[in-house]
Amino acid sequence: MTTALVPARHYLNDGYGIKSWLLTRDHKRIALLYLAGVTFFFFIGGAFAVLIRLELATPVGDLVSDETYNKLFTMHGVMMVFFFLIPAIPSVLGNFLVPIMIGAKDLAFPKLNLASWYIYMLGAAFTTYAIVTGGLDTGWTFYTPFSTVASTSAVIPAALGIFITGFSSILTGLNFIVTIHRMRAPGMTWFRLPLFIWSHYATSLIMVLGTPVLAITILLVAAERVFHFGFFDPAVGGDPVLFQHLFWFYSHPAVYIMILPAMGVISELIAAFCRKPVYGYPFVAFASLAIAVLGFLVWAHHMFVAGISVYAAMIFSILSFLVAIPSAVKVFNWTATMYKGSVSWQTPMLYAIGFIGLFTIGGLTGLFLAAVGLDIHVTDTYFIVAHFHYIMVGGTIMAYLGGLHYWWPKISGRLYNEWLAKVSALVIFVGFNLTFFPQFILGYLGMPRRYHAYPPEFQVLNVLSSAGASILGVGYLLPMMYLTWSLRYGRLASANPWGAVGLEWNTTSPPPTANFAEPPEVTWEAYDYGSPAVVEHV
Amino acid sequence: MAEHIVPTRVYYTIFAILMLCTYLTVRIAFFDLGPLNVVAALTIAVLKATLVVLFFMHVKYSTKLTWAVVLGSVFWLGILLALTMSDYLTRAWRTYG
Repeated sequence: MTTALVPARHYLNDGYGIKSWLLTRDHKRIALLYLAGVTFFFFIGGAFAVLIRLELATPVGDLVSDETYNKLFTMHGVMMVFFFLIPAIPSVLGNFLVPIMIGAKDLAFPKLNLASWYIYMLGAAFTTYAIVTGGLDTGWTFYTPFSTVASTSAVIPAALGIFITGFSSILTGLNFIVTIHRMRAPGMTWFRLPLFIWSHYATSLIMVLGTPVLAITILLVAAERVFHFGFFDPAVGGDPVLFQHLFWFYSHPAVYIMILPAMGVISELIAAFCRKPVYGYPFVAFASLAIAVLGFLVWAHHMFVAGISVYAAMIFSILSFLVAIPSAVKVFNWTATMYKGSVSWQTPMLYAIGFIGLFTIGGLTGLFLAAVGLDIHVTDTYFIVAHFHYIMVGGTIMAYLGGLHYWWPKISGRLYNEWLAKVSALVIFVGFNLTFFPQFILGYLGMPRRYHAYPPEFQVLNVLSSAGASILGVGYLLPMMYLTWSLRYGRLASANPWGAVGLEWNTTSPPPTANFAEPPEVTWEAYDYGSPAVVEHV
Repeated sequence: MAEHIVPTRVYYTIFAILMLCTYLTVRIAFFDLGPLNVVAALTIAVLKATLVVLFFMHVKYSTKLTWAVVLGSVFWLGILLALTMSDYLTRAWRTYG
C-alpha cells in the first residue's frame, strides 16, 4: 500500500482566499463548492421534513395550519429533489472524480463547469426567495390547473429557480459527455473505464436529453399563470394532463439522474471492499445505458388515475416492468461480486450493503406501482411516499454518503473517525427503516399523502415514523460533524488508504491541481485485483 | 478540425427561404384548412428548423458524431410525441372513471 503523505503542493493549497475559490476552474474545487451548496440545501430541506414529521406525530393538525403544511411538504420536495438529490452525486463526486478516474487534467470545459455552479446557485437563490416570501404550496410537481390558476403562493419565482438550475444540470451533463469521449488517458479504453464513469455517462445523457423538456414545461406554467395562454386550461382548449405528460417525461428519468450515479458509486465500493472485479462488468455497464433509455419510456405510470386511456396505461405498465431488468442485473451482479470475495466491513461498505437492501425494497415496490390495478389502490397514499424515499433516500443518499466516506481521504487528505462513521451508518440505516417502513403499511391501509391530519387509528405507525425521522436526523448530523472535524484534526491519509484499484488512487491525497504528477497511462483492466502487475502497482 | 467555409450566398439564400416560410405560415393562418391547420403549420415549422440545424448550425458539414447527437435528440423528441399520442389518440376508446 502506498504510504506517501500529503504533498507540498496540492489543489487545496494552490491559491488562498475567497477569490481563488470563487473564480477557480479546477474541477476539484468546483466539486467542493457544490458540496457546500448541496449540503446547505439538504439541511434546509431536512428542516422542512422535521416540521412535517412533528405535525404528523398527532392525528389532528395542531402544529401548523393546513396551508402551511402544504407549503412545508412542497418546499421539502423542491429543495431535496432539485437542489440536493439531482446535483448531489454528479456535481460533487462526479465533478471531483470523472477527470481523475479517466486520467485527465480537468473536465473538457472548466469555465463552463464553474458557470454551472453559479447557475445552480442563482436558481437556488430564486427558489429561496420564493420560500422566504410566502412559500410554495403546489407540491414539487407543480400540477396544473392548481399551479396556473388557483395557487396564491410564490409559483413564479420557484418555477424560475427550477428553470434556471436546470441549465446547470444540462451543462454538467454536456461537460461529462465530452470529457469521457475526448479526454481519456492513453490505454483507458471504454471497457477499462470504472463503472462510476459508465453510470455518469448514462446520467449525463438523461440530463442533456430530458432537462430541456422540464425547463420548457415549467416556463409554460409561468407563462400560463401570467398571460393566461391556456396550454393546460380546458376552458380555452388546453389540457391539464398534457402538463403531466411533459412534466413526467423529465421527472421520471430524473429519478435515474439520482440513482444511476449512486449505482456507479456502489460498483466502486463493492469492488474495492470485496477485492474483486465487478462480476459481469459489461452487463453492469450496459445496464446503466439500458436504464437511461428505458427510463424515458415509462413516465405515465405516474398518471394511471389522471384520466389517460386504458391502452396507454397498458403500454406504460409493460414498459415500466422492463426497467426492473437492468436494475436487477446490477443488484445480482453486485451480490455475485461479493460471493467468495475478501469482504472488509469498513464504513463505505456498510453504506453499500445498506444501499443494496434498501434499493431492492424500493425497486420491488416500484413493480407494485407498475401494475395498473395495484397502483390505483395505492396512488397518492403513503405507500408512494415510502417507495420513492426508499429509492431516493435509501438509495441515493446511502450511496452518496458511502461515496463521500470512500473518497473523503482523497478529497481532504485526511482520515475520519472510523468507529463513529460505522455507528452513524448504522444509525442512518435503523432510522431510515423506522421512518419509512411504517409508511408502506399506512399507505396500503389507505392513508393519503399531503394531509396534515389523519384518522386516529393511524397514529401508532405515524409516531414510529416520526421517531425514526429523529434518529435519521441524528444519523445525518454525525457525518457532518466528524467529517468537518477531520478536516483539521483527522490523521493524514496516504495516497491509497483502502488499497483500491483505480487512477484516483494513483495520485496523492489530496491530488495536485493537474491531478497527476505525470500523465498516466493505463495498462490494466478495470478492477483487476487479481493481476500481479496491479497488486504491485497498488 | 478544419472549419468548413460556407459562402455567404448560402446563408442569404437560407435566410430568404426562412422569411418566405414565415410569410407562408402567416398567410395559411387566414385559411381554414380544418384538421390540416396544425399539419400545415407544423410542416413549415419543421422545414424551417431543419434548415437552421443543417446550415446555420453547420450540422450539414459536421462529423458523424454530431449527426448522431442531432438524430438522437430528434429520436428522443419522437419518443415524447409518440408515447404522449398513445394516450391522446386512444382516449376515445375508454378512460378510467
